Amino acid sequence: MHTDPVDPDVPVRRREPGPAVLGAIALGGGLGGLARYGVSSVVAGPWGLLLINVLGCALIGVLMVLVPRLHPLARPFFGVGVLGGFTTFSAYALDIVHLGGLMAFGYLFATLFLALGATFSAMALTKKVLG
Amino acid sequence: MTALLVFVGAAIGAPLRYLTDRFVQARHMTRFPFGTLTVNVVGSFVLGCVAGASPTLVAFIGTGLCGGLTTYSTFSYETVRLTEDGHYWQAFANAATSIAAGVGAAASGYALTR
Repeated sequence: MHTDPVDPDVPVRRREPGPAVLGAIALGGGLGGLARYGVSSVVAGPWGLLLINVLGCALIGVLMVLVPRLHPLARPFFGVGVLGGFTTFSAYALDIVHLGGLMAFGYLFATLFLALGATFSAMALTKKVLG
Repeated sequence: MTALLVFVGAAIGAPLRYLTDRFVQARHMTRFPFGTLTVNVVGSFVLGCVAGASPTLVAFIGTGLCGGLTTYSTFSYETVRLTEDGHYWQAFANAATSIAAGVGAAASGYALTR
């Protein structure tokens, strides 16, 4: 955990990410991508991706509340890596293009509101559980 | 084989997202998440470009690399954080810009490679 004194008037000096951080992100990203591929082969199409993105958005909410209590590599591995690789914006955008019409708008807003709602609720719930 | 291509592609895309985000966020003094916006728009464009390509390319570049480069979870988290901090306008602008630019980029990439 980062324990340096923080002076709000001085911008935080950003350290160069080490091989452990980049390795954790790469491994987590690969596993997250693989999990997305696995789920989308069971629940194919845009609605399978909606499920993936909303689930990933709920889990990031839980993770980000827990992060201060976890190992320093937990955020790079689970947050940036696994959940970043599991959820995706590019396939969401292309699905909207392919769906077209009213269905595209329905899918666009359903994903957006369910995802934001999932992150918000998961953060609130996790904070409550932790007291 | 497809699973391996997806794994390797996403294992490249995720650190690329992280490094791009750091690079972009270090170059402006606002709280707006330009870094995530950048990777999401670029990844959506590239996915649109490879959408009609061979299954191998789609798995590696599309499902793997673009899937790993772009993210919905960080987009959602950053948007929620903006609203929690009272920056409602920036939260709305982030969601609207990400979706409009991402869909526009995917459609352009797709149209360009037809």
